[in-house]
Amino acid sequence: MSSFISFTIFGLVSGAAYAIAASGLVLTYTTTRVFNIAHGAFGMVLAFVFWDFSERQGLPLWFSLVLVLLVVAPAAGWFVSRFVTKGLGEAPVSSSLVVTVGLFVGLIGLAQQIWPPEARFVPPFFPETSFQLGDTFVTAHQLITILSSIVVAVLLYVLLNRTRIGTAMRASVDNPELLKLFGGRPERVASLSWAIGISLAGLGGVLLVSVVGLDYYALTLLVINAYAAAMLGRLKSLPLTFVGAMGLGLLTSYASAYLPTEGLLNSVRNVVPALFLFAVIIILPQAQLRIGQVKGIVSAPLPSLGKAVGWGLGLLAFVGLLAGSSSQANLLLVGTAATYAIVMLSLVLLTGYGGHVSLAQLTFAGVGALAYAKLEQPNLYGLVLSALIAAAVGGLVALPVLRLTGLYLALSTLAFASIMDKMIFQADFAFGFNGTLPAGRLSILGNAITSTGGYVFAMSVFLVLVAWGLLLLRRGVLGRMLIAMRDSPAACGTLGLDMRWFRVGLFGMSAGIAGLAGALFAGLRGTIGSADFQSFNSLPLLLLAVVFGVTSVTGAVLGGTGLMLLPVLSSGDPQLGGLLFALIGFGAVFAGRDPNGLANLIFRGGHLIESRVAPQVMSRLPDLPGRGRRRADGDSPGDGSVEVPLSQLTHEPVPAGNEKEVGAHVAARG
Amino acid sequence: MSVPILEVIDLTAAYGRIEVLRGVNLAVPKGAVMALLGPNGAGKSTLTKVICGQKKATGGDIHLGGVNVRNASPEELARLGLCTVPEGRSVFPNLTVQENLTLMSYAGVPAEAVLETAFSYFPRLLERRGQLAGTMSGGEQQMLAMSRALASDPALLLLDELSMGLAPLIVDELYDTVAQIAASGVSILCIEQFARTALRVSDYAAVMSGGRVVATGEPDEIMETMQDVILGGAA
Amino acid sequence: MSLLEVDDVVVQFGGVTAVNHASFVAEAGRITGLIGPNGAGKTTCFNVISGLQKPTRGKVRFDGKTVTNMPVHRRSKRGMGRTFQRLEAFGSLTVRENVRVALDIHRGLLGLVKPGAADIDALLERVGISAYAGERADSIPTGTARLLELARCLAGEPKLLLLDEPSSGLDESETDAFGDLLKELAASGCGILMVEHDMDLVMAVCDEIHVLDFGSVIASGLPAMIRNDPKVQKAYLGYSDEAPDESAALAGMHDSTHDTTVLPVVGAHS
Repeated sequence: MSSFISFTIFGLVSGAAYAIAASGLVLTYTTTRVFNIAHGAFGMVLAFVFWDFSERQGLPLWFSLVLVLLVVAPAAGWFVSRFVTKGLGEAPVSSSLVVTVGLFVGLIGLAQQIWPPEARFVPPFFPETSFQLGDTFVTAHQLITILSSIVVAVLLYVLLNRTRIGTAMRASVDNPELLKLFGGRPERVASLSWAIGISLAGLGGVLLVSVVGLDYYALTLLVINAYAAAMLGRLKSLPLTFVGAMGLGLLTSYASAYLPTEGLLNSVRNVVPALFLFAVIIILPQAQLRIGQVKGIVSAPLPSLGKAVGWGLGLLAFVGLLAGSSSQANLLLVGTAATYAIVMLSLVLLTGYGGHVSLAQLTFAGVGALAYAKLEQPNLYGLVLSALIAAAVGGLVALPVLRLTGLYLALSTLAFASIMDKMIFQADFAFGFNGTLPAGRLSILGNAITSTGGYVFAMSVFLVLVAWGLLLLRRGVLGRMLIAMRDSPAACGTLGLDMRWFRVGLFGMSAGIAGLAGALFAGLRGTIGSADFQSFNSLPLLLLAVVFGVTSVTGAVLGGTGLMLLPVLSSGDPQLGGLLFALIGFGAVFAGRDPNGLANLIFRGGHLIESRVAPQVMSRLPDLPGRGRRRADGDSPGDGSVEVPLSQLTHEPVPAGNEKEVGAHVAARG
Repeated sequence: MSVPILEVIDLTAAYGRIEVLRGVNLAVPKGAVMALLGPNGAGKSTLTKVICGQKKATGGDIHLGGVNVRNASPEELARLGLCTVPEGRSVFPNLTVQENLTLMSYAGVPAEAVLETAFSYFPRLLERRGQLAGTMSGGEQQMLAMSRALASDPALLLLDELSMGLAPLIVDELYDTVAQIAASGVSILCIEQFARTALRVSDYAAVMSGGRVVATGEPDEIMETMQDVILGGAA
Repeated sequence: MSLLEVDDVVVQFGGVTAVNHASFVAEAGRITGLIGPNGAGKTTCFNVISGLQKPTRGKVRFDGKTVTNMPVHRRSKRGMGRTFQRLEAFGSLTVRENVRVALDIHRGLLGLVKPGAADIDALLERVGISAYAGERADSIPTGTARLLELARCLAGEPKLLLLDEPSSGLDESETDAFGDLLKELAASGCGILMVEHDMDLVMAVCDEIHVLDFGSVIASGLPAMIRNDPKVQKAYLGYSDEAPDESAALAGMHDSTHDTTVLPVVGAHS
């Protein structure tokens, strides 16, 4: 019985910390419509800052705490709202997700850069003090955590209901334009809520760090717990968020106490938050189609068929040359690049054409690899079957969120990745705990490809085939429908398209392509393990895809090469790894608003690049949305692609409600 | 007449490549009530949006009390004394009546004074101070919206389609309030699609059509001469 | 039985009642107008009928079947097409591709019957926007985009067309041509329910009109009856003073075919 009570206390304490972090997440989301995936990453960095102040620099504990929570965190929040997420609330969900994923990765890189890996320890508050409660003890730290959550709840209530600025926060949720007419300043409101939100992330991080340990990933991924809790309150109700957090805390605690320590159920304890998140998402009510949000999105130009064939053959010839002349190690790198490029092609389909974001693309590749290794059929049949299995799994992930859209789909992929990572891939029937599986090289029509060079060439053949397939699809019926669905779901519905199954199909197809890449990769490496498909790595993959251009095949090929080069570049100097992460992350923060990426710049050719650099630099300046009305001058006729950055389209003020003078979206072209 | 409180000079504005305001000229004398009339699609709403700072002009100038305010932000203008009551929902539906009134103090008058003025004009709001604004009837919501005009003592009051979606009886009451505000010396620009109600309380009237002001004058003259333009179908 | 029956529909947003026990019908082969002041709940009614908005209570029957809880796309498959007041054209596709997508959706994904260029051209020709075929849909004028939405609907060979302010953005001659097109469509058996502010057009083409105010139907009948209904004038004009001296603040109520129109005295309550 006493153990039950102590587990309950432990659960309530974790719940209290989750509640603090989650309420910060809800606050920023409701006031600015930007879902901060990097919320946990901020908590992690702030916990490091706290360690730095209190342990490394030896400042008094209370002073470090005040510095972190009342100076560093609010400053960071203000900076982010002012320079990173401003105006992002009106952008498509995919843009705001990519930008905050950029922050997520960037912050992890930053932390690794500033605080290189070493053993660090943050002691709990008042480690010597504890109180007896019946048969169990409550430490002072635990008590402080619970009290903090109560204080946070009360303060938030008072702020939102008893002060003018708090009232303005709620008002700006309703109608920021009207708030301006009242003389209020929605931007200030947004800055305040980000300052408070990040501060709460920091408090959550500092309270949890003595339990979880000072680790780049463990603290960052606690954000899933915060999501899950916040999701119970549908990302808007703070009381329900607190309930969700406490429930999740208890559930996690009981799971670790009472689940058997053997078998699959043992690993369930690691994924309770992710399962909780799934469960909550499934019970969320149907989302209704939104109307009046039409945005034409400017995409990278589609190459003509001749061009596509030419470039594809060129790429094959290039790889063929490499295959003949390179060392084994370099060939493996080329093969890896091809793998990543195929995975990125799956993102071109899903994100570039379809407008959805997946944070688990590498996990789908892992599913493909696992299937390939388990099937032990190193031939085309095994390859295709592996891709189909990955596709089926992808469809299964999309199925529960059939009725929901954008953000929830992305979050459920994150939860899925986490479940696969900690539970399925580690299980005995899969790779085994930290284990690997052998995988044979592919044989095509009975001819085994044993040489690495030949295999890499075969991989690039698949890459080119997938790329051609995508371009054909984009030109055909399905491609047009994908674009139509991205532009106006409501119109597609009223024209008779059942988008729910279409979306499941899209997700499945994208996962299938990733699975194909994974299966090919398994054959390349010969042995394959869960470490090759860590869920976190899906994030830099997504970011590089966006930075290089997620709307074009070229962007995917370049992005794949870039992602392959990352570990190569950082292998010489481990320090560089963090820096590169930071660069990619923060690069994506700025590039995230234009999914056409670097590839589109290349398309524009030499002299056009010059005319592009200036506006590009301009668009990175702080008051980005204010420039929404600037027209791009380089209106290239004919190919239907106008090089207006996405932000310009999405920030165009849409005439209100019953405006009849003009239509809602006539302003898209320069 | 001294310097007009609002002077719009050759103002142009466009949505994308479609020009909606094609050189609007308009002056509202200090202390006067001016009705701005015209058919659907004449550009009235766009003009309101440009004056209150929600939409950028592509050319021309706006002077408020003699100061050039073209391209000022809505919140700056609000703090300068421009009180805009936009068409449609102009209250925060998920805030209580009292919270709505509290926010009105951003325009410069302390919250207590706002509450006092609003409740003395509209006792019904006092009864409902704890109720969510969105759950009140349309007329009560407009009362709440008008409280801002009453309580903040604006330099210029900009009313956009006050009568939209409201029963005639309530529209009458609202225009009685407008008349009261006008009597206290506030300058008002009042945009209405349906002429008669607005003309009842105005000193001057202007007519817009096709993105321009095509006539200005006394209400009676306007009513006589501009019948066709005002009543004509959509542009 | 009517093609479309809206039965006692109520829609509430929070505490605001946007549609208040509205009941009305639209018949096959006829043009039905749905008019009323701004904010009367017309577009909300359209959303309920097409399935984009669940009613708080009430029923919608279409073509002999209750469709109140049917998903949007299935209503469309049963023959319901709609256009939007705030445009919903596929902005990054060309005008041609917009229509093509609609044809693809209508004919099924497998596309055994590929939409021929002729089908697309015929649709564009029919609504009169062939000149814009190659333009991106987000770069064409509002009125053209509305016609494009109509062409997209027609690709589905609908039994019922819901048109939300279809003529706004059209000039006078385009509006006339548009009116003729509507009559043609109705003559071919298609039912049309139309929210429209241009009273000239409404009076000229509608067989029946329903007037919505505060979310309730306050009058239904032939155009001539509606024109002379004091309740309608009161709601629509938004004034209630005396002053019946000249005939119409109601835009366009004095069209040439009815030059005898004199509005009766509007009930003066004050």
